[in-house]
Amino acid sequence: MTKKKAQARFVAACLAPALILVTLFIVIPTVQVFRYSLYQKSSFVGDETFIGFKNFQTLFNDSIFLESIQNQILIIVVITMFTIVLAIFFATLLTREEFKGKNLFRVIFYIPNILNIVIIAGIFSAIYAPSNGLLNTLLSSIGLDSLTRQWMGDPEIIIFSIIGALVWQAIGYYMVMYMASMTSIPENLYEAASLEGAGKFKQFFMITLPCIWDNIRQTLTFFVISTINLSFLFVQVNTNGQFGTQVMLNYMYSKAFSGNLGYGMAIGVITFILAFSMAGALNRVTKRDPLQF
Amino acid sequence: MKKMKSLSPHSWYKIFIYFVMIVFAITIVVPIAWVFLASLKTQLELNAANPWAWPEVLQWGNYVKAFEKARMGDYLINTVIVVAMALVILLVVALPCSYVLARFKFKGKKFMNLLFMAGLFINMNYIVLPIYMNLFNIDNMLGMTNFLVDNKLILAIVYASTSLPFTVYLLSGYFQSLPKAYEEAALIDGCGFFKTMTKIMIPMARPSIITVILFQFLAYWNEYMVAFTLLETDHATLSVGLRNLMQAQRSAADYGTMYAGLVIAMVPTLILYIIVQKKLTQGMSLGGLKD
Repeated sequence: MTKKKAQARFVAACLAPALILVTLFIVIPTVQVFRYSLYQKSSFVGDETFIGFKNFQTLFNDSIFLESIQNQILIIVVITMFTIVLAIFFATLLTREEFKGKNLFRVIFYIPNILNIVIIAGIFSAIYAPSNGLLNTLLSSIGLDSLTRQWMGDPEIIIFSIIGALVWQAIGYYMVMYMASMTSIPENLYEAASLEGAGKFKQFFMITLPCIWDNIRQTLTFFVISTINLSFLFVQVNTNGQFGTQVMLNYMYSKAFSGNLGYGMAIGVITFILAFSMAGALNRVTKRDPLQF
Repeated sequence: MKKMKSLSPHSWYKIFIYFVMIVFAITIVVPIAWVFLASLKTQLELNAANPWAWPEVLQWGNYVKAFEKARMGDYLINTVIVVAMALVILLVVALPCSYVLARFKFKGKKFMNLLFMAGLFINMNYIVLPIYMNLFNIDNMLGMTNFLVDNKLILAIVYASTSLPFTVYLLSGYFQSLPKAYEEAALIDGCGFFKTMTKIMIPMARPSIITVILFQFLAYWNEYMVAFTLLETDHATLSVGLRNLMQAQRSAADYGTMYAGLVIAMVPTLILYIIVQKKLTQGMSLGGLKD
């Protein structure tokens, strides 16, 4: 056996298992999602009829689906805004300021990210409980009775209660990401700026923000993708889409398990397209010339 | 009053920093600590108007109930088994693939790279339904019920497969950064390809292997949707068992057991996190990606 042949065999043997698993459990299922979105298929077994784009036509007259798109976009936009601002704020303080206990704060802020979404749902049902919940009793005890709410019962605010829980969960993760890129900014930039009399705010907008811009852009894609997933999981565990909290993947899931698999897959396809176009649009809008230093 | 005035703007700024830091830290620590406290209360105490009161007698019985009646003990074991199998499968499959992609030239390399890149964008939540459907149909064809569905090994394989793209991306990046001299020397010394990989290259990739294990351990341990879809309640993992417990306790009004269950599911990840927090947050800059 020549050396070349031996190498070819080795390469094939190393790649084959991964290729097979990815094909079976990622490629084929993904193709199936797109394929069955064009079919009338009621259950997991048995008959299927090709119906073209009929599922999609029905979708855009389905008020629950339209509600779930609205909720989804609202959730993505609000979570991204609040999380980015707070994560950058905390990251800036933890990298640019000197104070005691920095490490401890960093460790604590990241904790929500390692918790399971079911645990987060459990914690927040204790926080949001109407009569003896942590949030309402805290508000009453400091004399802010007027601010107490039915956090998970009032349809006006329930979606924002869900957003609050997901922002709480996300801040630490993005904070650590931004901290990593902030620490790579050369210190002499700040020294020069402060010699010229630039204050902390000015330094932040003239140095920190431009230097981590590429990192922020990269995280925008993560925000879109992970918010779609996490809002699905949180809603699935907590309200299961009731009280006007339906989100796209949860609607896909409930349709697929209630005798309308093809329709559910069509919802999956739209979610996919929404995620890609939002990520693409954000990427475009935020494009700046890269900063050299 | 005089003292107040003597505080410089700088000290006010410091106070402000501490204030916001502590407020956010409190919103994280207090609810989690409260869950620990609530897990030791009676139902009567949990129904009381003041949720902040200390329990009169610590109700360790809630944990006994959670372990035995609510079967959190079984779910814990199931979770450990699935996570361990998934990690082993993932590393056994991902390491050779990443090494070859990083180091060898061959036909179809571009295609493989593209395939894994595309895989990065596919999340489990989209494809869990067709996966379930295929397993279910194969079971039907074989004339068996719950052979592939409701199978811990299959769940572990699904976990490993769906995290392959990210893992291969991370590991092959690391292999590329290793100096070529070592393996060239080994090959010249007559060491075969396989031996060079297992004896020399894989040990050198240890730091990134540890990162993979940490991240995927947490991801698998916390995974909920796929386990919920593929496993029957009897063989559930912790997060699925916890969800069922939450659903059941709400109607049975036995919140103490539910909070005990939350603690049981939370403690292993918290302990692991405290031990490895430095590695974990460092690893994020290595290949930041979220599921």
